[in-house]
Amino acid sequence: MSAPRKIALSTTPTPEALAALRLGDVVYLDGTIYTAREGVYMRALEKNANIPMELPAESAANFHCSPAASINDDGTFTLGAVTATASFRFAKWIGPWMERSGAKLIIGKGGMSSADYKRDFVPNGAIYLTTVGYGTGALLGRGVQSVKAVHWNEELGLAQAMWVLECSGMGPFIVASDLKGNCLFERENAKIAPGLAAAYEGTRPAVLKRYGETDDRTDEVI
Amino acid sequence: MISIDLIQSTAETLMDKAAIEIPQDYLDGLRATAAVEDGDLSSFVLQAMLENYEAAKEDRRAMCGDTGCPRWYVKMGNEAVVEGGPVALETALRQATASATNGVPLRPNRVHPLWRTDHDNNVGIGAPEIEYGFEPEPGQWIDLTTVHKGGLFGTDYRMLFPSDGIEGIRRFFLDSLVAFGKRGLACQPAIIGIGLGGSKDTCMVLGKRAACLRTVGDRNPDPEIAKLEEEFKELGNSIGMGAMGFVGKSMVIDCHIEVGYCHTGGMQMSVHAFCLSSRRAVARIWADGRVEHRTDPDWFTPYQRRETVGWSEAHLEAAE
Repeated sequence: MSAPRKIALSTTPTPEALAALRLGDVVYLDGTIYTAREGVYMRALEKNANIPMELPAESAANFHCSPAASINDDGTFTLGAVTATASFRFAKWIGPWMERSGAKLIIGKGGMSSADYKRDFVPNGAIYLTTVGYGTGALLGRGVQSVKAVHWNEELGLAQAMWVLECSGMGPFIVASDLKGNCLFERENAKIAPGLAAAYEGTRPAVLKRYGETDDRTDEVI
Repeated sequence: MISIDLIQSTAETLMDKAAIEIPQDYLDGLRATAAVEDGDLSSFVLQAMLENYEAAKEDRRAMCGDTGCPRWYVKMGNEAVVEGGPVALETALRQATASATNGVPLRPNRVHPLWRTDHDNNVGIGAPEIEYGFEPEPGQWIDLTTVHKGGLFGTDYRMLFPSDGIEGIRRFFLDSLVAFGKRGLACQPAIIGIGLGGSKDTCMVLGKRAACLRTVGDRNPDPEIAKLEEEFKELGNSIGMGAMGFVGKSMVIDCHIEVGYCHTGGMQMSVHAFCLSSRRAVARIWADGRVEHRTDPDWFTPYQRRETVGWSEAHLEAAE
């Protein structure tokens, strides 16, 4: 058993730094990161609201997350744990968002499909980092030095707002796609698939079927 | 009479403990799993989680940024009287949920399903859920259990029939693990709860309670069901998958099965995964002001699993 490589990475990474990353590397981030998920995507891309940040100059790192945090009466923030949400649900927005924001790091839970990577990530020179666990909320929370701003909190609520976080050694994250669009999770699925048949011995499909049902265990339900 | 102020302050403490402190039974189970995991990436993930639990306790910070959906299980002794009655009790639990969301802090996850309205306090229509149980055990006491279970993946329901048999149950168990285990959507290794029987809604309730209200190592008192629990734990850990869907063997920390009598033609089944941040905290509050904290909800007593019309001490002795 070999431990994965550990690498420090800027949230405005150079193309060379991204090219050096391999699937399964463990990454710790330094710099500014912002959260954006369905609420921000819909507001920015479907309602064409002005993004309240200079992107990607301020940050090229989009976190699919909303932190466990509160805004105090004096306008300061209390931030606790930080954990990602599953990214596959945001596939339809990710290409337009990259074009608009110049994001090079998409960070979330569970990665996206290799089709998404090849269609949207590769042309934009971006990669995907997955959180670990899930999730190491307390460790990631420790990596946040300060909350720089919260945008669109009034419009979207705390859980969907755009949180701007200053990070130092924030991690761990795992490299789940590379610049060629290879997908770590699909690689693992392929390794596991041949052994599943043995586990399924002594089982039987349900008498009553359901629409959309598959018995192909190489399929994913996402 | 049990003090309503004590109920609310204890409930706030429970919200904090559930979010921050991994229950010892789950921690011991995960350590045992981590000790035998040999997949590179899966091992790394388990070690990171063990470090995360320490960081959460040191910083008094939530283990996981996704608070899940905080809910309450209330159990009352037959003689318990709550100051202000059940309405005051529910108000206190809702108030504690809101206060702790702001205080810990927790993520305000709860929104309106259509309008996405967020009160930023995890309180809203039907939220938090409050469920009740009662016990013949004497004394003026009330047990409060809060569970913050993740809300999106790892759970499924299926209408099976007697002809599906154990083979069908086994298949649906594996289907659920494989479908939601990929990419680690179920946040495994998890405590897997299985509900069998009842009707569709009660089957879901049984499975969820099996996952969230029984501790690692606990076995169903029916020896045949207990054997199934052991078998399914082993089966789940033998599919070649580990944490985050990486190659490994860490899927199931433990498996708990609960049953309820169902329609003679059916065999409903539900599967629930209680995740790597298995958030549960319990306290018993007495009328004399004592508060006893623990992590075992001790929900599934002989009384909760009773089969008879009535109940007496003789039943308890027989059950034991």
